[in-house]
Amino acid sequence: MNEPARRLTVIVLLLFLALMGAASWIQVINADDLNQDPRNVRTLYREYGNFRGPIVVDGEAVVWSTPSDDSFNYQRTYADGPLFASASGFYSIVYGRSGLEQTENELLSGNADELFWTRLGNLFSGEQQQGAAVETTLKGSLQQVAAEQLGDRAGAVVALDPETGAILAMVTSPTYDPTVLASHDTGEVNSAYEELLAREDGPLINRAIGGDTYPPGSTFKLVVSAAALEAGYTPDTQLYAPQELELPGTTATIGNYGGEACAADGHMSLQDALRISCNTAFADLGMTLGWGVLERKAEAFGWGEPLDIPLPVTASRLPEDPNESQVAMSSIGQYDVRATPLQMAMVAAAIGNDGTLMTPYLVDTVRAPDLKVISTTEPEVMRESMTRADSDDLQDMMVEVVSNGSGRAAAISGVEVAGKTGTAETGRDTPPHAWFVSFAPAEDPVVALAVIVEESAGQTGSTGGSLAAPIAKAVMQEALRLDAEGDL
Amino acid sequence: MATVAELEVRAGRRAELGLLTVAWSIIVLSRALVDYHADFLVLSTLGWYALGAAVLMVACHIILRRYAPQADPVLLPAVFALNGVGLAMIRRIDFAYAQYRGRDTDFGTAQIGWSIAGVVLAMVVILIIRDHRKLRRFTYTAGIVGLVLYLLPLVPGLGVEINGARIWISVLGRSLQPGEFAKIAMVVFFAGYLVTNRDTLALAGPKFLGLRFPRPRDMGPLLVVWAAALLLMVYERDLGASLLFFGIFLGMLYVATQRISWVITGLALFAVGAVAAGVIFPHVRARYDGWLHALDPEVYSSGTSYQLVGGLFGMASGGLFGTGLGEGRPDLVPYAESDFIIASLGEELGLTGLMAILALYLIIVQRAFRMSIGVRDGFGKLLAAGLGFALALQVFIVVGGVTRVIPLTGLTTPWLAYGGSSMLANWIVVGLLLRISDQARRSSQEVGP
Repeated sequence: MNEPARRLTVIVLLLFLALMGAASWIQVINADDLNQDPRNVRTLYREYGNFRGPIVVDGEAVVWSTPSDDSFNYQRTYADGPLFASASGFYSIVYGRSGLEQTENELLSGNADELFWTRLGNLFSGEQQQGAAVETTLKGSLQQVAAEQLGDRAGAVVALDPETGAILAMVTSPTYDPTVLASHDTGEVNSAYEELLAREDGPLINRAIGGDTYPPGSTFKLVVSAAALEAGYTPDTQLYAPQELELPGTTATIGNYGGEACAADGHMSLQDALRISCNTAFADLGMTLGWGVLERKAEAFGWGEPLDIPLPVTASRLPEDPNESQVAMSSIGQYDVRATPLQMAMVAAAIGNDGTLMTPYLVDTVRAPDLKVISTTEPEVMRESMTRADSDDLQDMMVEVVSNGSGRAAAISGVEVAGKTGTAETGRDTPPHAWFVSFAPAEDPVVALAVIVEESAGQTGSTGGSLAAPIAKAVMQEALRLDAEGDL
Repeated sequence: MATVAELEVRAGRRAELGLLTVAWSIIVLSRALVDYHADFLVLSTLGWYALGAAVLMVACHIILRRYAPQADPVLLPAVFALNGVGLAMIRRIDFAYAQYRGRDTDFGTAQIGWSIAGVVLAMVVILIIRDHRKLRRFTYTAGIVGLVLYLLPLVPGLGVEINGARIWISVLGRSLQPGEFAKIAMVVFFAGYLVTNRDTLALAGPKFLGLRFPRPRDMGPLLVVWAAALLLMVYERDLGASLLFFGIFLGMLYVATQRISWVITGLALFAVGAVAAGVIFPHVRARYDGWLHALDPEVYSSGTSYQLVGGLFGMASGGLFGTGLGEGRPDLVPYAESDFIIASLGEELGLTGLMAILALYLIIVQRAFRMSIGVRDGFGKLLAAGLGFALALQVFIVVGGVTRVIPLTGLTTPWLAYGGSSMLANWIVVGLLLRISDQARRSSQEVGP
């Protein structure tokens, strides 16, 4: 009976090898799949069980975690939730993450490679894993002013530091409060999210950087002007500016705002055309320059390139292979030209920064729980959008717009402000969007920004100059105040 | 008659003492870790725990020195280590239930009581049964006792159905799993029966495909056991016990007769029974579905594979090295302290911990087979092999169920899982194995008549 007993031992060994193989399959080989299975609440609990790092504005946490008594251990808390939602995003047990909560998740949760040594230290000291703090470039008061100015109108404001590309303000309206989505009551979260999703004005969309991009309207004339200056035009070069311009190959015509004539004799300088935002002059200029020139210049300002700031930014679009009349329409920022408010702020910033476009960024510094700096964003040149000489000319032209043209509402006494209005048609029956892009002080700007107020009809004025410019003015004033106090 | 060269076998009691010290460290350290992570570390309590374990171990050691001096030195430390890891894990799960579920359980303390009772019972076995061959006298008594124990849960008023399986009986307000004890009785019965009838079963029979198959008239016992196994499966809804019961018989039949044809016949019969049960009985089919299509959303959402998949998720989150004791979420799996303790251990101790546990079992089983080879009487050989194989098969069925090697069944993990019956029964097995090993390792002169 010894021989079969020996054989039985071998069979037992094989049975155990099968068990060990299965355990290896589950715990190592197939573990990633199992851990990522949406039904696996453990991954969720473990992530939520960590002490997540805060999101910081102006040196103070605006998003942080507090201990809670339930299975999740921590509750995500948002101070001024609606104000910073455009940057922070939400952190939900049901719907996952968005915004910085999503893009900086590895750092906030403490799982990033950069935090390896911190984790190792925690392991030995027995302390719980802690996430890093993400310090944003936002200025709280600027964000506040921009949001107050927009009020309950739909639109967006983006303010940049032209020299570095740091995003000083990023406001989208309407907004939402991430606090409700961070609740640990699943039912509550579900109904709140469904409600937000069902709303027609789309509060979950970050209009500043994504969603449906906007036709830039007359603010696009800045790009056309830059292209003209590069092509050898000067601010004084006379342009053809009829009361109505026939669109080649169609029966349609382009007119000016209110159907007015730009100039008595049908001719005006480039500078004046920009100052009063003359449509016929720019449409003709665009056709004269040719699409290739315009396209290249627009790309030099960032069109066509998606960005990660680190939030994903929708690429601003240009029409493909437009015909003559479409080029004419595109030259005044209509037809298939689309831009995010961030893109338009980048145009202003590049012009203000002597033609150099800096890569926009939202995260300034990331700090480990022990306050050691893990990473700091170094300002980076994204493009040389135009030459210094050309940008000087364009700056002067934009100063004229504010001091003496369509953008007077943005004028600030004692400071030279450079700006450009825009009133973008969105369709025959829908009211236009009001734009304003600007920077100040014109000589050495501390802030460059873009404002858009959606479908502005029915409101007083309803042009970029009357509606968006005052918002820009308030934001610029706050930026100048901060700068004077040395906070910018 | 051939002369047998006498091998000087070292008693190994000193080695055992050394190994017991290692097991003691595992027992005390694992509990200390659990308490520390739960912020519940009270040094005096831990001290009593450590002292209690030490006293128990030293008592065992002294009893073995005096009453079974040649007993296997590895068995006892290995079982103590497993038991200690189980105690720590169950206590850990108590804490997890309290922390996350608001459940006030004290499985850990109850299990300490069962463990002590188990160790005492093992020693009683050693003291009472001075020679395992005496058990052969009780062959048929054991057979009847085993059958009765298996069938007890079916008695109306006595049997209790828990979670769809009718394998418990209620005695004085406590629920017992008589099947755990029946297992031992059946091994004793099979050993006695087979050692008497092995010649008939082994030699006669027609040849087919080069294998000598049993004569139909000798098939009686096999068919009876097969029928009993099916009965278990159908009426008590206990797939695990049924598989274990039949598997033990087949394994022992093979050891007794050395004929693979018996195993083939038996496996074929079992396959027929298992497939038929799957076709006929919905609860069996549900088990199969939950096993084959565990991750299928439909099966999962019907709840059939919820526990199994929960265990898989837990083990996956443990990965190679585990989350660490006190850092996982074993409470997310139903019955984390009993049926799914392997998944809980896999989660918190990782694949490394699980491998170590399986290796401990393998050592214990391998020691049992070594006794079987070493002991001189046929009954002892069959008894040791049967007990060892029963243990191996039980571990395979329960761990295989949790790791999706075979369909999930409701067996307990020996010495690890929470549960009194299982703890007592498996310590009795330890006592029996120690007794047999004492005989196996003695030189023939010393063996009494």
